[in-house]
Amino acid sequence: MDLIKVAESAFESGIEMPKFGPGDTISVHYKIKEGNKERIQVFKGVVIQIKGHGNNKRFTVRKISNNVGIERIFPMNSPFIEKVELNRAGKVRRARIFYLRGLTGKKARIKEKRI
Amino acid sequence: MPGLIGKKIGMTSVFSADGKNVPCTVIEAGPCVVTQIKTVEKDGYEAVQLAFDDKKEKSTTKPMKGHFEKAGTTPKRKLVEFNKFEKEWKLGDKITVADIFEEDIFVDVTGISKGKGFQGVVKRHGFRGVNDATHGQHNRLRAPGSIGASSYPSRVFKGMRMAGRTGNERVKIQNLRVLKVIPENNLILVKGSVPGARNSYLIIEK
Repeated sequence: MDLIKVAESAFESGIEMPKFGPGDTISVHYKIKEGNKERIQVFKGVVIQIKGHGNNKRFTVRKISNNVGIERIFPMNSPFIEKVELNRAGKVRRARIFYLRGLTGKKARIKEKRI
Repeated sequence: MPGLIGKKIGMTSVFSADGKNVPCTVIEAGPCVVTQIKTVEKDGYEAVQLAFDDKKEKSTTKPMKGHFEKAGTTPKRKLVEFNKFEKEWKLGDKITVADIFEEDIFVDVTGISKGKGFQGVVKRHGFRGVNDATHGQHNRLRAPGSIGASSYPSRVFKGMRMAGRTGNERVKIQNLRVLKVIPENNLILVKGSVPGARNSYLIIEK
């Protein structure tokens, strides 16, 4: 198993990510290819889960856009991620905050973590 | 063809340069030791015999011990012949991955496939079975169907594909792209899958 990790580490995207977890609000700067032009789109929302391990690790970000909840899954090692910004550390009690999907408005707020 | 003996480590997936998530197999290839050089004059054909993976001295037979001693190496488990190397190798030389392989070339990988036991024709030969569970079918879903005509020939032709032992045979997968060569750990990453279980021996040829 160890040698698989060696092989995977040779393909790491190499971008530095801030440490974030579920409940945190982050902005993901994502490269989008249109024809042969490349532009960067920012997806800002709450991390609702981190899944997988090693090369296969990915995180789900949820945001409300035009009153519609949007969730997007990003692989941690994706070469399309330009950078990730941590906007707000949230205080939550569980690792997967799916209860957020059923809440809107003031109920859907997350307490800020004070350090 | 020139190549090396290796060991299957396992599978994973990596992101390629254009952002695609590519399935790949990690193989530990070499270092292999040259244990014999066959020539036209002596053996009737040209080949280089390579050895891979250490084995205990006490589980090596005396004749084999002498064979390894000639090359000046410890006993090895797996011996395979290759030919048409670009470089001339001498007895006892160590060949590593970086000597043979590079990125973006295509290789053929040979191994012993996983044994699957006694299997029906659908798994073994890719028959389709009966595609319908209704219209009067009840126990013929994966059956082979007719295996021949009646009074003529009054027998079943030889080689008729039927159920039986599946897997555990030599399989070669051709034209696998080399995604990466990591010389420090003797690793080679090829796109796609290769035959065999983890830790089974593989022959990787250019």
